[in-house]
Amino acid sequence: MALVNVTLDGGLTIEQMEETLLEKKTGSVENYNETTHWIEYWLDGKLVHRSVHVILKKGLDISGALGDIG
Amino acid sequence: MANTQGICRSFKVELLNGHHALGTSVTRGVTTADSFKAALYLVSATTNDTNTVYTATGEVSGANYVAGGVDLTGSPDWIAPANTGAIAFSTPTANFVYTTVTLSTVFDAVMIYNSTQGNKAVSVNTFGSQIVTAGTFTITMPTNDSSTGLIRLS
Repeated sequence: MALVNVTLDGGLTIEQMEETLLEKKTGSVENYNETTHWIEYWLDGKLVHRSVHVILKKGLDISGALGDIG
Repeated sequence: MANTQGICRSFKVELLNGHHALGTSVTRGVTTADSFKAALYLVSATTNDTNTVYTATGEVSGANYVAGGVDLTGSPDWIAPANTGAIAFSTPTANFVYTTVTLSTVFDAVMIYNSTQGNKAVSVNTFGSQIVTAGTFTITMPTNDSSTGLIRLS
């Protein structure tokens, strides 16, 4: 029996429900910056759980430049 | 042989390690690495590279999210700065994890800041817009090398 954290009141209260009682949806997107996966659980047409995993592909550059002397 | 000009590769690594102070610096009582945090920002915010310190303006809020975000949990928080060729780089040691949060307003950015040094801002990274509902939000760091490390001095 797998339990899932859910909220039935917009996040004020988090409780656990049996996964088989919920509709599960998953998805992912990939671009130059990231690969992102998400998992959702729905109950009676209402989103009650969504977890997200962002996998960054690349950080940020600081470019140095050396001035000329003379 | 000929002389060749360039910013020394060791200097770039040493900048990341706080060895050089070209301007007025801070008093350091210890030689240990600083501690850093990671805060999330709403799509509607204007957090960017002009931010000098952590700001609560535009930060996400919701169940189980603490203002200021999460501590970087590595020990130390960053992988020891190194260089490959002329590029120095470092990346946080561990992923950022916001556990069992509800963030109902769309967000798309994370600011890393130095909580040891007056919350001075380090970087702002963006990603696709997200919400989280009674779930966990995880940001996995890129590979720590000269091509993809989170901070790279070239």
